[in-house]
Amino acid sequence: MVLECKHVWEHISGYLDGNLDAAVLEEVQKHLEHCEICSAILDSTRNILILTADERVFELPLGFSERLHARLEAEMQGFTYGRSGSDEGDT
Amino acid sequence: MIASILAGNTHEFHSLIQPYERSVYSMALSMLQNEADAEDAAQEAFLKAFRNLDKFRGEAKFSTWLISITLNEARSRLRHKKTAKTDSLDELTEDGHVSPALLRDWREIPSEALERQEVRLLLQDAITGLPTIYREVFVLRDMECLSVNQSAEALGISVAAAKVRLHRARLMLQKRLAPELKRVMPKRRWFPWF
Repeated sequence: MVLECKHVWEHISGYLDGNLDAAVLEEVQKHLEHCEICSAILDSTRNILILTADERVFELPLGFSERLHARLEAEMQGFTYGRSGSDEGDT
Repeated sequence: MIASILAGNTHEFHSLIQPYERSVYSMALSMLQNEADAEDAAQEAFLKAFRNLDKFRGEAKFSTWLISITLNEARSRLRHKKTAKTDSLDELTEDGHVSPALLRDWREIPSEALERQEVRLLLQDAITGLPTIYREVFVLRDMECLSVNQSAEALGISVAAAKVRLHRARLMLQKRLAPELKRVMPKRRWFPWF
């Protein structure tokens, strides 16, 4: 079986996650060795995942933590489990 | 620590959630696309987690449970907002085919690129611009580093569906970001294939 480019694209995500079947993996690797387009697509996708995983993409606003913990602190005053406050079953 | 909080040491909840503040906020922001809404939703998610901590059974990891609460909070706010954009994007079916952008010379993207506000905005826009079903799984798996199984569990979908959505999300981002990053970093050698 010889994979065409568009079939290789269908396996890029699985390839990056390392969960392709052995036979498919072998075919994909064979294709990548000689196809510059597909190997560039693979590299660019991998690079984009590295960039988007960086914590700097979505930075916490200044004072986020302080405001959050102040709000929690207010909620905690007089709060006890098993009586009230467990009525929001939105989980 | 959870047992201790439930026994009355509620102040320990502050320490329990500290490692997850960024994850919860990122999740909310990627869904709601607005910093003020995201902060409010994140606070509400933490409050709900606190109030409902006695319902946490420990079958899932605390982080997965917390992310599920955040997801529910964000989804509920999205339903109320009902923006035209969200509606139209959500109508996308899952059988769409995505072709990647064909660009060469992508082997090195300097991480210093993220020092540039312009690049961060491009990434934020691309992520928040994904249709909701793809954005959710992408954020969980590739930004919050949950496993595919945990992501599927948090979303209440099958592992197979999570894999398909993740694949499409990644290719959509590649297709959009490859040319855009090429444009903002022209000094690097970017060669369009065609």
